[in-house]
Amino acid sequence: MTAAILKPKHQRLVLVCVALVALIGAALLAVYALRGQASYFYIPSEMATRPPEQGKGVRLGGMVEKGSLKTMPDGVTIHFTVTDGKAEVPVRFTGITPDLFVEGSGVVADGRMEGTTFVADTLLAKHDEKYVPREMKDMVSTRSRQAVAKTR
Amino acid sequence: MHAFANPARFLRLARWLLPVLLVPGLVMSLGAVAWGVAYAPPDHLMGVTVKILYIHVPCVWLGMAGWSTIAISSIVELVWRHPLAAIAARAAAVPGAVFTALGLITGSIWGRPTWGAWWVWDGRLTSFLILLFLYFGYIALADAAQRDASGGNAARIPAIFGLVGAINIPIINRSVVWWNSLHQPPSITMGKSAIDGTYLWPLLIAALGFSLIFGAVVIARMRMLLADIQTEARLRRKALG
Repeated sequence: MTAAILKPKHQRLVLVCVALVALIGAALLAVYALRGQASYFYIPSEMATRPPEQGKGVRLGGMVEKGSLKTMPDGVTIHFTVTDGKAEVPVRFTGITPDLFVEGSGVVADGRMEGTTFVADTLLAKHDEKYVPREMKDMVSTRSRQAVAKTR
Repeated sequence: MHAFANPARFLRLARWLLPVLLVPGLVMSLGAVAWGVAYAPPDHLMGVTVKILYIHVPCVWLGMAGWSTIAISSIVELVWRHPLAAIAARAAAVPGAVFTALGLITGSIWGRPTWGAWWVWDGRLTSFLILLFLYFGYIALADAAQRDASGGNAARIPAIFGLVGAINIPIINRSVVWWNSLHQPPSITMGKSAIDGTYLWPLLIAALGFSLIFGAVVIARMRMLLADIQTEARLRRKALG
């Protein structure tokens, strides 16, 4: 009825709009279905609620808890705790750590659960979104601490 | 807007616009990158590695802006049948793909010292790699449609592809928010920046400069594509006449 009085240009505009809405709808459904599966790693509280199978390869991500990092007598094995503020997972790793791996920074560990300890094969450092020159670090340390507390 | 549908008129404007975009673009990008390399202070965690920011960030922005240009031109092509829209989309595809590839390469070089890995299959990196493949597909498709001399509808096939492919742009943008990823969340959001002013201003100048260069390349390529079409039409007339 209305199509008859619409100019062809407007018909095409309506068609493109309908196609776009359908496309966005389909994409949102796909993204919704991918939730939790397209994540690169699990955070400790997810590991606590849905523990992965023993020995199955998973990735664990979170913050290295301050004061938890210990080097074993052999000099290459380290123990630390990964936390997201709600839950924590103890981690063991043997090897060379990336430069950005320090206490209080983000880490993604590739490995598996053995008992209650997560044994990591590789460690990746996760950088946060802040870029601050070295000299100004102290000025903003309180701000960054708040941000760390907020980061899961 | 249909005033520029006349190619002769567009070409007159383009001839004048090209140096106006290119010269300040080159000055701003080279200036900002040189400042970044020579004077940007080391980051409190990453050290001097932070300097790659001035190339990586403008490149990935333009990789996404390139596809946005294709998508908008595709809508104009499909709805208004503007004669220059398909040419603008084709012209934006190649520089868009180049900037996307540069973004992936610089990101990889940055990832090795910072994260400890050249490449990981997280949401951001994977969706950005898909963008590069979409560009390859678009370039091949637009090229094939151009060769199809049967006229009319063939030109609209790449436009549909350009529009469908645009769905990847919001996915790239939101990937670090929706899914846990190794790539950090966005530093610059609506009116706020987690990048210190020392780094931010040169970055914005570099991004503007790169964008002007991008605009100049698109206009130069549009002139080239129009010249191609003219030559072909002339050859065809000669062959027939």
